[in-house]
Amino acid sequence: MEWMNQAALSAQKSDAVFFYVFGLSVVFLLFITALMIYFVVRYSRKRHPVAEQIEGHVGLEIVWTTVPLLLFLSIFYYGWTNYEYMRQAPRDAMVIQVTARQWSWSFEYPNGKKTKVLFAPIGKPMKVEVRSADVVHGFFIPSFRLKIDAVPSRTNTTWFQATKLGSYDIQCTVICGVDHSLMLSKVIVVPEDEFKAWYFGGEDAPEPGKNLRAAEAHPGLKDMPLGLAVLTAKGCLACHSVDGKPKVGPTLKALYGREQQILVAGAYKNITVDDAYLRRSITNPMDQVVRGYPPAMPPTPLSGQELDEVVRYIKGL
Amino acid sequence: MSSTHASTAQPSYLVDTGARQGLMAWLTSTDHKRVGLLYLYSMVSFFFVGAIIGLVMRLVQLTTFEKLITAQTYNALFTLHGVIMIFLFVIPGLPAVFGNFFLPILIGAKDVAFPRLNLASWYFYMAGAILAVLALFTGGGAPDTGWTFYAPFSLKTGTNVSLAVFAAFILGFSSMLTGINFITTIHRMRAPGMSWFRMPLMVWAIYSTAWIQLLATPIVAITLVLVILERFFGIGIFDPAKGGDPLLYQHLFWIYSHPAVYIMILPAMGAISEIIPTFAKRTIFGYKAIAFSSMSIAGVGSLVWAHHMFTSGMSNLAQLVFSLLTMIVAVPSAIKVFNWVSTLYKGSIDFQPPLFFALSFIFLFCIGGLTGVMQGALAINVHIHDTYFIVGHFHYVMFGGTGFAFFAALLYWFPKMFGKMYSKKAIYASWYPMFIGFNMLYFGMLILGMMGMPRRYYVHLPQYHTLHVVATVGSWLLVLGLLMFFGALLYAIFKGEKAEDNPWGGVTLEWTIPSPPPLENFEEIPIVTRGPYHFEPQAKS
Repeated sequence: MEWMNQAALSAQKSDAVFFYVFGLSVVFLLFITALMIYFVVRYSRKRHPVAEQIEGHVGLEIVWTTVPLLLFLSIFYYGWTNYEYMRQAPRDAMVIQVTARQWSWSFEYPNGKKTKVLFAPIGKPMKVEVRSADVVHGFFIPSFRLKIDAVPSRTNTTWFQATKLGSYDIQCTVICGVDHSLMLSKVIVVPEDEFKAWYFGGEDAPEPGKNLRAAEAHPGLKDMPLGLAVLTAKGCLACHSVDGKPKVGPTLKALYGREQQILVAGAYKNITVDDAYLRRSITNPMDQVVRGYPPAMPPTPLSGQELDEVVRYIKGL
Repeated sequence: MSSTHASTAQPSYLVDTGARQGLMAWLTSTDHKRVGLLYLYSMVSFFFVGAIIGLVMRLVQLTTFEKLITAQTYNALFTLHGVIMIFLFVIPGLPAVFGNFFLPILIGAKDVAFPRLNLASWYFYMAGAILAVLALFTGGGAPDTGWTFYAPFSLKTGTNVSLAVFAAFILGFSSMLTGINFITTIHRMRAPGMSWFRMPLMVWAIYSTAWIQLLATPIVAITLVLVILERFFGIGIFDPAKGGDPLLYQHLFWIYSHPAVYIMILPAMGAISEIIPTFAKRTIFGYKAIAFSSMSIAGVGSLVWAHHMFTSGMSNLAQLVFSLLTMIVAVPSAIKVFNWVSTLYKGSIDFQPPLFFALSFIFLFCIGGLTGVMQGALAINVHIHDTYFIVGHFHYVMFGGTGFAFFAALLYWFPKMFGKMYSKKAIYASWYPMFIGFNMLYFGMLILGMMGMPRRYYVHLPQYHTLHVVATVGSWLLVLGLLMFFGALLYAIFKGEKAEDNPWGGVTLEWTIPSPPPLENFEEIPIVTRGPYHFEPQAKS
């Protein structure tokens, strides 16, 4: 299932404990429930008209005090050891400054690059130092099973090592005001060399996770319909799928004619996707971000013919 | 136990005997039974207000109704839902209704130790409730911080947090005064022969609860006053911009609010310990184990508060200690469950609605407890904290636990309180939508939380939508069940058949007096000669 996606070492650690406790819980719940039902049926007034007055049993009390105690202690121990790991970042971890504010996330890398989504190279430890500019927020990446609060005046740290390429949700988990539920971002896990190309590149270095992956996936641009070739070459497909798969941005499949909510000048507006909307979204994406997606798309300059081909291609999806 | 049965010269407590008649006779009565009913009526009313708010919050998660309210209103609604359900329903909970009504009867007393203070507690409760409602419509509008009022958001928001917090402060007095009253009553007013270990387990549970109310509530009272001072004068206790510490607020808040969870659940456990022996027709299994487990929950439960703060960035040592203590506090609850189930063993079980709801309580409470253990394990907590998982978890404990126990207790004592019997068929019928809807709603939330759905979200990401729909449909079934349940009881109050004095064959003291009880409970104070669940040994037929 998509949601049990383990995309980092911390996810494997957390899930191991979860399945241990879950297994014990299921056994306990079934046992108690079955026993209750059995007793109610077996000792119903009809079958068992005379009750036996049993006051208790010291041996049993000791057993069901100590056995649960030992099990709970094992849960504590396992939970602690697998968690302690998440507290101690390796020394060679790259340190990312995360700043939470009402209602957005921003990320700053050691060399001063700033982003709205978090780029992370696969297989490398990344330490996050989480701060808040105003009230308490919660930095939460479900696919990493990772959460740490952003508390004003404090620096809280945690770390992760991503194990799977892809993009994963970041959500705020502490109520922080009216747009709490829109305080979203993404962590995008990319190959290391791609990350380096961006990280050490100049200001105009392409953001990782776009061109390279697109080129890998589509070696022969010239066999494609023109619109798709443009989308591929410009790296659009890193964030937008053409087959309906969820990615960082909305899928292009069946996009034309879709009804959706967009953010225009700070307010939501319902629109139906048409030619004009598509053209404007490509040239000035920040003017009309679709609800539920991060405002992360850079403006993409296309020639008039390229734009026509892309729009025609999207219409046919 | 002695039996002063039937024909008594005293009138029923439901008959007005004083100078005042009708409503005024109720509003000025210091009779513990009438005060109990005042609480019952007001609490059930607030419960339905809270439930309707919950229903609206669920509707907003459907695509069709997402425009029903704004994000700001949504934030106000979950704050209000939390404040109403916690401060006006589950915290007063069983002690305010059944504690007031039955505590004196269970120990063979005519009233609580301080009857006037008891009535005053209800007035504090109503004053707090009215202030909480006023907070919605005055100042900057309804508070939007969640019922936890986390600083510094609660200090900065323009909404009327100050008045809402003051309301909670006033409600705290109701709780503390009730605690003092019950502790004194149990110490000083037991009937001759009612030694500590002859007290019914409900009394032990109320006794443990009363100590928590007395010791923990002042801390939240001080905390809330500090929030008000900070909002008006900017004294800088919690605001980091002024040198304060937001984590200090969280510690102070949870030092009360975690033990408050045990204020909510302990009396529920007490009621279950009364119900099961009556319908199994046998003495309770492990009386002392259950009594001591109540006290140890009250003790250890006061030392686990910071497990609400594992992701807040507190020290490793604090995390380790609070995780360990959290595991230990789960043990006495497990002991209770084992003893309850063992009480069914070799009984002669008379299956009736109160038992049905009590057993449902055990099932739902187990899920609540086990999901609590999951949260106590640090490696899991870091994923599910502040998600729908915790929302599902505490609804299993508070609603599946305390709520279902409240319903079971109401079914159990209803004939005694009102002298009327309800339709058992109607009650059984209400169980199905209630139970199925409950599990659709809250188990759906558990899964959503595992998927990563954060709590208090006005809009959700598309991958969570299917389960949101399941949960919302569940909420409709749940409310339908609640309406059927309370409808059946309301009908019974007016049109029900007359109840016998002892319809269930119980052996505790309340079943030795008429239904409804006379004004001073007992014709003469009973002399107690044996334990609370002594069923006469019967010859084998």
